[in-house]
Amino acid sequence: MAYTLNVNGKAVSADVDGDTPLLWALRDTLGFVGTKYGCGVAACGACTVHVDGQPMRSCQIPVESVGKAKISTIEGMAAHPVGKKVQAAWTELDVAQCGYCQAGQIMSATALLAKTPKPTDAQIDEAMNGNICRCATYVRIRAAIKRASGQKEV
Amino acid sequence: MTFHDQTSAVRGANRREILTSVGAGGFTLAFSMASRAEAQDDVAKPLNAYVTVAPNGQVTILAKSPDVGQGVKTMLPMLIAEELDVAWEDVRIEMAPNDPKTYGRQFAGGSMATPMHWEDLRRVGAVARAMLIQAAATAWNCGPGDCTTVPGEVIHKPSGKKRTYGSLAMACANVTPPDPKTVALKDAKDYRIVGKPVVQYDTARIVTGQPLFGIDQRRPGMLYATYVKAPVFGAKVASADLEAAKAVKGVKAAFIVAGADDAFAPAGGHIGQGLMPGVAVVADNWWAAKKGRDKLNVKWAEHPTGAQSSKGYAEQAAALNAGKPLRNARNDGDVDAALKGAAKTVEAAYAYPFLSHANLEPQNCTAEFKDGKLEVWAPTQFPEPGRQLCAKTLGMKPEDITVNMVRGGGGFGRRLANDYMVEAAWIAREAKAPVKLVWTREDDMQHDHYRPAGFHFFKGGLDAQGNLTALQDHFVTFASGTGPTAPSAGMSAAEFPARFVPNLRYDVSTIPLGVPTGPLRAPGSNALAFAFQSFIDEMAHAAGADPLAFQIKLLGDKDVVGEAPAAYAAGRMRGVLKAVGEMSGWANRGKLPKGEGMGVACYYSHQGYFAEVAHVAVSAEGAVKAKKVWVAADVGRQIINPHGALNQVQGSVLDGISEALHQQITIANGAAEQSNFTDYPLMRISEACPVEVKFLKTEFNPTGLGEPALPPAIPALTNAIFAATGKRVRSLPITPDMLKA
Repeated sequence: MAYTLNVNGKAVSADVDGDTPLLWALRDTLGFVGTKYGCGVAACGACTVHVDGQPMRSCQIPVESVGKAKISTIEGMAAHPVGKKVQAAWTELDVAQCGYCQAGQIMSATALLAKTPKPTDAQIDEAMNGNICRCATYVRIRAAIKRASGQKEV
Repeated sequence: MTFHDQTSAVRGANRREILTSVGAGGFTLAFSMASRAEAQDDVAKPLNAYVTVAPNGQVTILAKSPDVGQGVKTMLPMLIAEELDVAWEDVRIEMAPNDPKTYGRQFAGGSMATPMHWEDLRRVGAVARAMLIQAAATAWNCGPGDCTTVPGEVIHKPSGKKRTYGSLAMACANVTPPDPKTVALKDAKDYRIVGKPVVQYDTARIVTGQPLFGIDQRRPGMLYATYVKAPVFGAKVASADLEAAKAVKGVKAAFIVAGADDAFAPAGGHIGQGLMPGVAVVADNWWAAKKGRDKLNVKWAEHPTGAQSSKGYAEQAAALNAGKPLRNARNDGDVDAALKGAAKTVEAAYAYPFLSHANLEPQNCTAEFKDGKLEVWAPTQFPEPGRQLCAKTLGMKPEDITVNMVRGGGGFGRRLANDYMVEAAWIAREAKAPVKLVWTREDDMQHDHYRPAGFHFFKGGLDAQGNLTALQDHFVTFASGTGPTAPSAGMSAAEFPARFVPNLRYDVSTIPLGVPTGPLRAPGSNALAFAFQSFIDEMAHAAGADPLAFQIKLLGDKDVVGEAPAAYAAGRMRGVLKAVGEMSGWANRGKLPKGEGMGVACYYSHQGYFAEVAHVAVSAEGAVKAKKVWVAADVGRQIINPHGALNQVQGSVLDGISEALHQQITIANGAAEQSNFTDYPLMRISEACPVEVKFLKTEFNPTGLGEPALPPAIPALTNAIFAATGKRVRSLPITPDMLKA
């Protein structure tokens, strides 16, 4: 059946089975391919989106359970007051190597900074530990979060 | 480069989509479309296979080889742009077509992009610049010697007149390009782009989530596919409930693929497999295909590999070591006599496991047939062998197949193979529709071409002065297919410390293997460095020596030992060892608190000389925390993109530590036991330590950085663990049980 979802502030319709994970509805049906498939079991964080502002693994959210919740994806971050700062820091430090995980990293970092504007290293570890970077760009991820939050980078 | 500048990158990327949507009808079309899109009626011909200057001044440079995160889509065009003399902000980058006749070998591997292209791509840029100068000289009726350039403009030196490159672009059609060997190259002190930190060209798309990767490709009318293969490598399909899969809503097709008879080791020297047997399910979205797959209830035929296991391999290795080695690879001096006469001897057995590449983007490929021709979009590291494999397997002519290189979400050697490409091509033909094949994470981890496991049985001898006078290694490795060893399971007879120890013997024995293997980042070296550099550290401690001083002494006093291609620049290695000692405060390591220690290791691979010191803390429960790693690197006189270079080295070091602390693939009943990041964990941010890097500038030509920082990171870590605990790590991965107080 067709599910009406609120994605990045717009109502969109996805005609999929209700058990379809939000990840695949976003990617295959709605064309938001910035959200990535990495593991399918909430172990890597590549599919992280915001559900009413909370970072969630979209591979674990059946479309039928979304209801009226507001979904934000990486494609919506340029219009997000914190998200755009995080994107700018990610660019200035050129965090990415392959870049595949970075949408999920940016979504987790944005959610962290929206709640905790000046996170400590321990808070960064806690908020970001669910996001694997196979290229291990962690040194720069940490520095970019510090930069986006106006803190000293090292 | 600022964030603002990246908007130009976004525009360039949009144009690439335009090109993709009309189909890659070849090089000429791509260029004419590009210039039409940018410059309306004017059509500028390319200056050469890499460079087009449009009449509006826009410069398009083609990136020759695929980018899987090593940064070559940015770095290779930087070399051209430098000598072309243009502002980096005016450069648009497009991927080159897969066309080895024009471009030579196009691949991402072996840290080869820099050494292969440092000279020739700068000459490509210099030739294009010379053509623009000639066009201006003709217009001004002067000699080219009267002209010079500033970025984007030719200047008439006597008068100060200027012409923009764009205004000369059309006239270049009448200019004969000079011989690349004759064009002058810039002095390094005049570089405006090379040596400056440049943000990756694709970063703008990465941080905004725009379509970019293999898995993001989309074709009109495209269907989505999943492909299930046997847990036991190469087993055929006995039966599958295709009707149950087809009954799932959205499923369009389900069929058995018999697979190629030589799928496991295809003829023609390809890395990795051909078309493996399996069952395909095709649907109008990937989740529906996956649901169909889950109904298949596939039964697999018996296969001899089903009798193999990691436990069995270890038993065979021990048995082989007890007997006579299969063959001798090197025998210098008289090892037996030297060991007998040694003041002190040490024996140790080392082992390391199979590893998966675990690219975060699972293997995938999009394939489309049109009028009997095949076009694929693949995150491959090596497109041409993929094209040949598809041609052979599908019975097509290679010229009827186009392979588009798209960004890969991690390479690490996995995508040098093209098994996913041939699967997508086969499924698209059967399904009679464009198809995007996406492997599940479990498919990816259980159908890798693994870093081979291995076993080393060492004996070493010291003389009364603490010199390493004898070393013996019985290397028990694997054999598969027709080679003497399985892919990436061999060892050079020149492996260090050969040529530095007077009495040295390398013997080799092999275990038959039914598990696919292949190159993982720094292949061979990623395992050998652990075994050899750990054992050398053992010998240093046995000699009562400072391990770093012992390594320097072992390297002797010659600058270069041996002949090319196996020459070893001992002087360069001594240089990085001394540097890393100074950087890390090695001399003060005795002041570290209990439970902490520093270890050193060095390794030469991929033409780079690396020495690393790790500082670790080990808890009473045996938990290891890497606190910091220092890296001294000698990759020659020029770092092309410092931004990317530092990222590669830091990532390589943390990748190595992740392998050592966490990763192993074990085989049971002929299949991989691990299947996802839950049982094959990768390092996370909380474990990542600072990595301080120093590039020594030496007189040598620049070489690559995708790999050589990784190998010494592992023994630096394990040697530090020994310093901290007195416990020697002789098998990987490291477990707390090994290190409990």
